[in-house]
Amino acid sequence: MNASDILTPKGLIAAAVILLLAVMPVLTTIADQAFYLDIATRILILAIAAVSLNLILGYGGMVSFGHAAFIGIGAYAVGIPIYYDEYSGWLHFPLAIAVSALYALITGAISLRTKGVHFIMITMAFSQMVFFLFISLEEYGGDDGLLIWSDSEFVDGVDVDDPTTFYYLCFISLMGALFLVHRIVNSRFGRVIRGSMSNDKRMKALGYPTYGYKLTAYVISGAICGYAGALMGNFTNFISPEMMGWTRSGELIFMVVLGGSGSVMGPIYGVLSFLLLEEFLPDFMDLFSKDAGIYWHLPFGIILVLVVLFVRGGINGLLDRWNR
Amino acid sequence: MDTALLITQLLNGLQLGVLLFLLAAGLTLIFGIMDFINLAHGSFYMVGAYICGTLVALLDSFVLGVILAIPLTLAVGYVAELVVARTLYARDHLDHVLATFGLILIFDTAVHLFWGAEGMAIPLPDWLNGQIAVSETILLPTYRIAIISVGLAVAVGLYVLVTRTRIGMLIRAGASNRTMVQALGVDIKRLFSLVFAAGAAIAGLAGMMVSPITEASIGMGNDIIIVAFVVIIIGGIGSVKGAFVGALIVGMIDTMGRSYLDQFMKLFMSDQNAETAAPAVSAMLIYILMAAILAVRPQGLFPPRVR
Repeated sequence: MNASDILTPKGLIAAAVILLLAVMPVLTTIADQAFYLDIATRILILAIAAVSLNLILGYGGMVSFGHAAFIGIGAYAVGIPIYYDEYSGWLHFPLAIAVSALYALITGAISLRTKGVHFIMITMAFSQMVFFLFISLEEYGGDDGLLIWSDSEFVDGVDVDDPTTFYYLCFISLMGALFLVHRIVNSRFGRVIRGSMSNDKRMKALGYPTYGYKLTAYVISGAICGYAGALMGNFTNFISPEMMGWTRSGELIFMVVLGGSGSVMGPIYGVLSFLLLEEFLPDFMDLFSKDAGIYWHLPFGIILVLVVLFVRGGINGLLDRWNR
Repeated sequence: MDTALLITQLLNGLQLGVLLFLLAAGLTLIFGIMDFINLAHGSFYMVGAYICGTLVALLDSFVLGVILAIPLTLAVGYVAELVVARTLYARDHLDHVLATFGLILIFDTAVHLFWGAEGMAIPLPDWLNGQIAVSETILLPTYRIAIISVGLAVAVGLYVLVTRTRIGMLIRAGASNRTMVQALGVDIKRLFSLVFAAGAAIAGLAGMMVSPITEASIGMGNDIIIVAFVVIIIGGIGSVKGAFVGALIVGMIDTMGRSYLDQFMKLFMSDQNAETAAPAVSAMLIYILMAAILAVRPQGLFPPRVR
């Protein structure tokens, strides 16, 4: 992206969204609406996860139907140490990243031997394994989930328990993830991944061992997503295996596709629209008929189907067409 | 080992296998012919159960309720194909996953809207509710035998339909080479609508059969559909035979794993370790099996010949 790109409607919208996210705590403080800062923090954390999924899905064509497992692993990497009174964030976050990366390495090495629908299903199968593993770990709450009574501690004076501090930790993390993914996809490494997405055989014929490249991308994606999970573990006081069920992975894919997979800002738009719909659609429906809000999944599902049928390239694609 | 318990567990495994087959049969044909991933297949399982429950309450007859609910579920499947699925065949798998994920939300909420959030119990007639005494110690519940019989009857019926009839020939041909079948002048779209609707009805039948045991509830199809996918991937996508064998393997392994894995693991580790590890491993067993089969034999056990 260079300077002239920003002075288009699409670039201006991207800049506006980032700017809005950057000043969100100020706005919510002025409006005295701490609740909205909560939603915004969730948006940031899930945006990091979506950005990580976009790296392999949007640029590598690897439809991982098990990315929620990484969020769960990251969250439990915070929850389990705290259960044993280990509060250091310098332990939690590296642990989340390391375990996620290791899990990605093992499952990716097997999954990437398959392609297409088999890849979708095998990544799902692995995440189901993790899901059932945590369900059966009675020590850490099993089915009922695990209470996290504290937050990660970093250095004295920086308290991530404070909503604004934590919000900016998430914001900086998201910017870092965006920058990282942006640099990766525009590097030589990224070009191999993108080349392999459009024609894997040709890339191999050119002499690139695409398997290794794809596996590396998968591990990086998993590690970033595990980091998002560690943030999630800090954000919520309660984690449970439910957060890595297969429907969660489906939602994550939807966020990426809704925003526009294979674009820098797409995942952020996707998460933003998804969470805002989730939050305000029920309230909106209640305006028309009392308690209609509990049925918000109905219009939500219809929107999902319509987006898939008619909006190619997601929100980012719409902005592209507007540009021209 | 307790024989009566073993027989009960074998029966449970067989029952789960048969139910999984009813779901997987439609799924594998839809997948095989049109290369279409239908996550919402489990919704027909749920819708069938609810329609049946309403009819049973209305008519006061379980058998009549099931018989009438089957064509109604077929109609629901037909409409879903016409409105959503048909427009998606030309798209990639990602779009299938997303759109049918949306369909699940729509179906779940629609059921919530029509029938409420509470589950729906379906009462059994007395003649199905008893037990058959095989010997003094071994009693088999009549209804489980009935489920297994219905499932096996459907399996035989499907086998005859697919291998012995003209329409079955077209289905098999469609699964191995869609373009060629089209080129020979067969309206593959109509054939597919038919298969989709029939698959929905069979999935609905599975839901109707299971509901007297577990009661019908919202989202009941969402967990079992994932297991049905495991079945068709193990069996080989597009193969009814593969779906049948895969379903029985998965049903048996899952049931047996849950009941006997701890005893098996005690053979080579301490009792305490076995008791902690067994529940985790048994819940993961079918996914481990699937990952192993996919890693070694990605096309599944019985892939349709020629692609």
